[in-house]
Amino acid sequence: MKLEDLRKMVEGERPEEPAEGAARCTVVVGMGTCGIAAGAREVLAAIIDELEARGITDVIVTQCGCRGVCEREPLVMVTPRDGAEVVYADMTPERVREVVATHVVGGEAVEAYRLAEGS
Amino acid sequence: MEDLSLHLLDIAMNSIRAGATAISLEIVEDREANLLTFAIRDNGCGMTEDQLSRLHDPFFTTRKTRRVGLGLPLLKQAAEQAGGGLTVTSAPGEGTTVEAQFGLDHIDRPPLGDVAATVWSLIVTNPRVEFEYRHARDDAAFEVKTAELKVKLATSSLGQPRLAKALKKYLADNEGRLAEAAAQ
Repeated sequence: MKLEDLRKMVEGERPEEPAEGAARCTVVVGMGTCGIAAGAREVLAAIIDELEARGITDVIVTQCGCRGVCEREPLVMVTPRDGAEVVYADMTPERVREVVATHVVGGEAVEAYRLAEGS
Repeated sequence: MEDLSLHLLDIAMNSIRAGATAISLEIVEDREANLLTFAIRDNGCGMTEDQLSRLHDPFFTTRKTRRVGLGLPLLKQAAEQAGGGLTVTSAPGEGTTVEAQFGLDHIDRPPLGDVAATVWSLIVTNPRVEFEYRHARDDAAFEVKTAELKVKLATSSLGQPRLAKALKKYLADNEGRLAEAAAQ
């Protein structure tokens, strides 16, 4: 596959990232050593794949370092524009797809995967 | 860490946390010399001599969220077990270079893993960092530069899902070709 083929694949797209404040949601994947060793890379890929499949372009997906809860990695933090951050623990590609569908798109936190406070 | 691509991601994340705006990743597989080398160079904040001297101590870290720093010690161990070693050079304000060397056909060398997935993860989640990636296998090589991609695709960020998906195909396809070329 050549660079020109890549260009043709995305022709007609306006692939700019949403302006600050315009994104409906920010999704952060913990990518410290602990997160990476626990499978954060595949979790990240599942998030972007799920957003792509749903045609969603106003979500910012980014990474952060270790949050200090290494044993519960991979961690994913979801912060809706008008809401508080929710931390999800023990993420898998399958579980994070559910988080995207229910929380990022649907606006309802997935309580079952939530990192309980003090845990 | 199961494979070298995860180590590569881990070390590159150090560069990002060091505030780097330009990171180069290079993998060289040289069958004649029987060596696999990978190098990560960044223009981040760098390290002082004192920090450098304690680099391989797992119980030294500058981060506040946990008290151990395992990334580099794990990589050093993996490299040494495979007949190679780890070299880190750094200066405050100038950046850091991490180079790991492995015996290519050493029985204890971890597999390369999904390097395309690592490069992709870094590019799509760090739109403000410019990456240069080069993977050489003997005489064949695949190279990608995000600054060039952004110009060619007329965008300032490669993180949008549609674009990210296309980029993933591009990286996987070219990595696959490199593997095929080497197998011949």
